Amino acid sequence: MSASTDVDARSGGARALYSGNARVVVARGLLATKSTNWVVVVSGFFEPVFYLLAMGWGLGSFIGDVTLPSGTEISYAAYIAPGLLAVSAMNGAVYDSTWNVFFKMHFGKLYDAMLSTSMGPLDVALGEILYALLRGGVYAFGFLTVMQVLGLNLAWTAFLAVPAVLLVAFGFASIGMAITSYMKTFQHMDWINIVLLPMFLFSATFYPLTVYPTPIQWLIQALPLWHGTELVRGLTTGELSSASGLHVAYFVAMIAIGLTFTTKRLRALFLD
Amino acid sequence: MSAPVIAAEGLTKTYGSLTAVAGIDFEVPPGESFGLLGPNGAGKSTTMRMVGAVSSRSAGTLRVLGLDPDTHGPAIRSQLGVVPQEDNLDTELRVRDNLIVYGRYFGIPRRTCATRADELLEFAQLADKARSKVDDLSGGMKRRLTIARALINEPRILMLDEPTTGLDPQARHVLWDRLFRLKERGTTLVLTTHYMDEAEQLCDRLVVVDHGKIMAEGSPSALIRQYSSREVVELRFGSERNAPRRRGSRERRSASRCCPTGCCSTRTTARRSSSTSPPRVCTPPRAWCGAPRSRTCSFGSRGGA
Repeated sequence: MSASTDVDARSGGARALYSGNARVVVARGLLATKSTNWVVVVSGFFEPVFYLLAMGWGLGSFIGDVTLPSGTEISYAAYIAPGLLAVSAMNGAVYDSTWNVFFKMHFGKLYDAMLSTSMGPLDVALGEILYALLRGGVYAFGFLTVMQVLGLNLAWTAFLAVPAVLLVAFGFASIGMAITSYMKTFQHMDWINIVLLPMFLFSATFYPLTVYPTPIQWLIQALPLWHGTELVRGLTTGELSSASGLHVAYFVAMIAIGLTFTTKRLRALFLD
Repeated sequence: MSAPVIAAEGLTKTYGSLTAVAGIDFEVPPGESFGLLGPNGAGKSTTMRMVGAVSSRSAGTLRVLGLDPDTHGPAIRSQLGVVPQEDNLDTELRVRDNLIVYGRYFGIPRRTCATRADELLEFAQLADKARSKVDDLSGGMKRRLTIARALINEPRILMLDEPTTGLDPQARHVLWDRLFRLKERGTTLVLTTHYMDEAEQLCDRLVVVDHGKIMAEGSPSALIRQYSSREVVELRFGSERNAPRRRGSRERRSASRCCPTGCCSTRTTARRSSSTSPPRVCTPPRAWCGAPRSRTCSFGSRGGA
């Protein structure tokens, strides 16, 4: 085989990468959930609700109100609820795109089967990520409903938190699946938790970023969850700023990078 | 002869310094049942993966249904049915859903998939298991389901990688029966196997592969005529107790696995446990089945004499 046909194989590969059939992968996910693990899926909804009750309502009664940068005072529960919403989007997306994908990749051999059909790796990647998003979206909608009932949505822009959360989830799912494609053992998978837990605790979820010294603030601002928290908080409290656009851009970049790597890796793993 | 559905010339696959397939040539005309026979690690599965357009070749030319797998992977895969060596059924879905969802991966409309799924469950004798979980099926049933799944897109070529490895004799015969029906219908079959009896049952023509190269080629009966005789005497030295520690005993186990169904009663195998360079299983003339009587002669205590 000459170098030129090699180039053809790669560049003529739009169809080789994507057959426009990602929705079938989503449908497969829904069917699998219906027939096996819907209880696990439902339980995911309660996690942020429990946090909200314990921290916002319980702990919050000792803390009182929080002052936003604009000077507005809001209840502690209203302050952390959007953070928890972003966290639940992150957790749902990461769980689906890491543990579930890892299992399907190494034990279920699901992707072997999918890629021996006319589907391409981008169909698989996009389909799995969209399924994770769908799940994240359901959680987000449920949690926003709880927030509404508890009176924690302070502005009309709160309903925009649903697409915002989907964007956040999309970013995490893309990167999560890309990283998972490099993982070989269960020990590797534990590293994901080591990254997620501190990010959850320290990304201005429970208190403003200003408590940190400047270098730590930069570090936190470089991590994705802070952007998610700030974006969602801006929408539910109505305190939008030019930074919101930046947060959106951060996640768009994250999605692009994640999808590129995932597709490349799936191709290398299953079609080489 | 009409244009071959598979044409390979100098087909090679290397992984770093390892050469899995070292330049093989073969052609498969439409409707033929073609076999790749050889031991583990001979390069059979790698060849299958290249033909199946899920592995790119390192050198040589390959045309599947007239197309180059490097540039037309999806187009080729859409016309192939693939039965991999290890079952990769979707354990999160029920039996019938496995077929339907797999058909959907090809972009086939749901309704068509459902109709075909029901027909294929009949064909695979699994109609009463339609609602079962995959994990509850026996090994033979899983295999038949995998074959049914591979037929959902009405493929022009059905590729089977060691279809009966690990199955009990009865399950094996059921499977052969199903594959034979497909062959009668004119489906092009490409299969790999360790077993000459399987090749004899299913293949019109086969190549014997070892170390990534083709060692022999022809119809099963011609190969037996050329490389073997009707009767082969198997001689084993050493007592029953120490024999299993000897090299020959391993050979013997594989030989008996070669025909667990008893159709090996048509055969007698020749072998000496002390032979300096024991031929590999399925390298001519070792593992052929096909002669009328099986007889293993074990000699007394002085093994390896």
